[in-house]
Amino acid sequence: MENRPLEYDYTVAKMFMLTTVLLGFVGMLIGVILAFELAFPSINTILGSGLAEYTNFSRLRPLHTDAVIFGFTLSGIFATWYYVGQRVLKVSMGESKFLMAIGKLHFWLYLLVVVAVVVSLFAGVTTSKEYAEFEWPIDIAVVVVWVLFGMSIFGLIGIRREKSLYISIWYYIATFLGIAMLYLFNNMEVPTYFASGGIGAWYHSVSMYAGTNDALVQWWYGHNAVAFGFTVPIVAMIYYFLPKESGQAVYSYKLSLLSFWGLMFVYLWAGGHHLLYSTVPDWMQTMGSIFSVVLILPSWGSAINMLLTMKGEWQQVAASPLIKFMVLGSTFYMFSTLEGPIQAIKSVNAIAHFTDWIVGHVHDGVLGWVGFMIMAALYHMAPRVFKREIYSKKLMAAQFWIQTLGVVLYFTSMWIAGITQGMMWRAHDQFGNLAYSFIDTVTVLHPYYTIRGVGGLLYLIGFVMFAYNIYKTMSARQVEETELKNASPMGA
Amino acid sequence: MFHWLEKHPFLFSVGVFVVIAFAGLIEIVPNFAQASRPVVGTAPYSTLELAGRHVYIKNSCNACHSQLIRPFKAETDRYGHYSLSGEYAYDRPFLWGSKRTGPDLMRVGNYRTTDWHEHHMKNPEEVVPKSIMPAYPWMFENTVDIDTVYAEQLTVSKVFSVPYNKAVPTKDGSVTVKMGKDLEDAKAMALEEAKIVAADMKDPRVKAAVEAGEIPEIVALIAYLNSLK
Repeated sequence: MENRPLEYDYTVAKMFMLTTVLLGFVGMLIGVILAFELAFPSINTILGSGLAEYTNFSRLRPLHTDAVIFGFTLSGIFATWYYVGQRVLKVSMGESKFLMAIGKLHFWLYLLVVVAVVVSLFAGVTTSKEYAEFEWPIDIAVVVVWVLFGMSIFGLIGIRREKSLYISIWYYIATFLGIAMLYLFNNMEVPTYFASGGIGAWYHSVSMYAGTNDALVQWWYGHNAVAFGFTVPIVAMIYYFLPKESGQAVYSYKLSLLSFWGLMFVYLWAGGHHLLYSTVPDWMQTMGSIFSVVLILPSWGSAINMLLTMKGEWQQVAASPLIKFMVLGSTFYMFSTLEGPIQAIKSVNAIAHFTDWIVGHVHDGVLGWVGFMIMAALYHMAPRVFKREIYSKKLMAAQFWIQTLGVVLYFTSMWIAGITQGMMWRAHDQFGNLAYSFIDTVTVLHPYYTIRGVGGLLYLIGFVMFAYNIYKTMSARQVEETELKNASPMGA
Repeated sequence: MFHWLEKHPFLFSVGVFVVIAFAGLIEIVPNFAQASRPVVGTAPYSTLELAGRHVYIKNSCNACHSQLIRPFKAETDRYGHYSLSGEYAYDRPFLWGSKRTGPDLMRVGNYRTTDWHEHHMKNPEEVVPKSIMPAYPWMFENTVDIDTVYAEQLTVSKVFSVPYNKAVPTKDGSVTVKMGKDLEDAKAMALEEAKIVAADMKDPRVKAAVEAGEIPEIVALIAYLNSLK
């Protein structure tokens, strides 16, 4: 065994790759529908008035966010974990029947939760807390799925051959711990059926926290779910896939240390920036604001570390569409982590909060950074997992440009829409009366909503090209006998 | 030091956990007791209002409407007095929202009527030309689930000591928000409340349903919106 290369077992990684593609498509499709519903409200009832309850913006909106966060992104995180984990720890899932069983159970229970979420959100069963809409039975199932994920991480670490933990593993561990803590505390709720002695709907619950406290816990969760779902695990991916794909070593070990521990310490403070000018105490708002600005340092630390990894090899960016995805992804990460702190400055937040600029900010991060990185990871994994060459690099390049255009249209239109909205809300005329009625501020946004819809549609079209490319790669006849050679982190 | 730590996954994980848990402890814990004290005049939701709140949540109204007035002149001009922490003492969950696709509703009860809401929910564009809000016709057909509402009232009064059936101070004296003695009583009380709202409504189906002892979702929703002051 010692002298032969390891045969990694990608069974579970493959399963999660499929849900990444499937749920990514569903989540983005609903997003595009929502975008056009805002621009053209008649689309709300497109399937007729009988089904209007289920095609309505308000029902689809949580479905969109949850499908993208917990469907697409989380599947991507799991898929890459079951690929990267084995390789940097130098141990195959095939060596442990127990870990294999955990992995498969993890997948099937996850899929069951996804189905339960879709059904309950369509039915309007929700706790209304953003990105934590699920009622307690689903919450408990989510915790079990998460424990299984943790068992697979620490189980694989337990039987590893490589003594030292590669940077990506730090970030996967942090993802597990961070989300576990946040999810548990934010979803503390009392099931009313049991507390009242068996009255009403069995799945209904009431939050443990009230009003301002509830808001504080929710945004401590909400912001940091972004941290530990959209930032930390995606950084884990880029630290593995970019060096591996480009054949370049990570630029600086010290910088990766500094940015990792910096990110861990600073991120949790920043949640308060969702509550500026609300009823939480001033000192908390100020802390949220200041730490959001400090957050630029560790975020840019890892992004710069990645971009400098390409030092001397920039021609690869021109030559390889896969490297393009990763490099532009890192650039969008820098852009988004500069934009966020700017919005967290109190005077800017006074205009930006409650507007479409915030929506724009989320999407340049999610589409440009998270989406690009997950698709790049899958493109890198596909030939190795399915032992076939990527079906079409040309298609990949076309997809890159279409999606980049989509992201640019999305965030530029939302920037303009958001700032316009914020300025119109606060405008007074020469007599000190409000200059605009609310509906004036709605109608002026129509062109930007249309442009946003087009941007989203372009991204979706790119995603369909991605799905097709992966499908053709999977199902191609020719099989690669030897794995593609690259230099790599930890020689894995 | 760090190379050493990277060879000890357990200690490494403990380290990470301590570093991330730190901020939460400092930011969340100190204010907890203080923020749950209601301001004078804040009372728990009546059965019908709470049922309306459930309808509001079920349809994710909070996805487009905020319930948080910030202390700016433009906002107090438009929506009324800025929000105070204690006004939310009985809000489980909070419904501040994160996006204003439509206007804030924190004090909508002060400037919209039952009649206005009825028409607006049926056909928003008729009341507000060029509105992009969809219509909610199913609220005129679905009936509310008072059982679950009553279960919630029992739960919050037992677990969180929400003062139902107790005098709550207001600026001019005090009010007592009643909760049913049992489920049947709760249903009867909610129906009495519903009759008052339905009296101001025009839809014949709503009137007929309330006559027949049922409470359409729209009636509860309007009762809730009217209570937001």
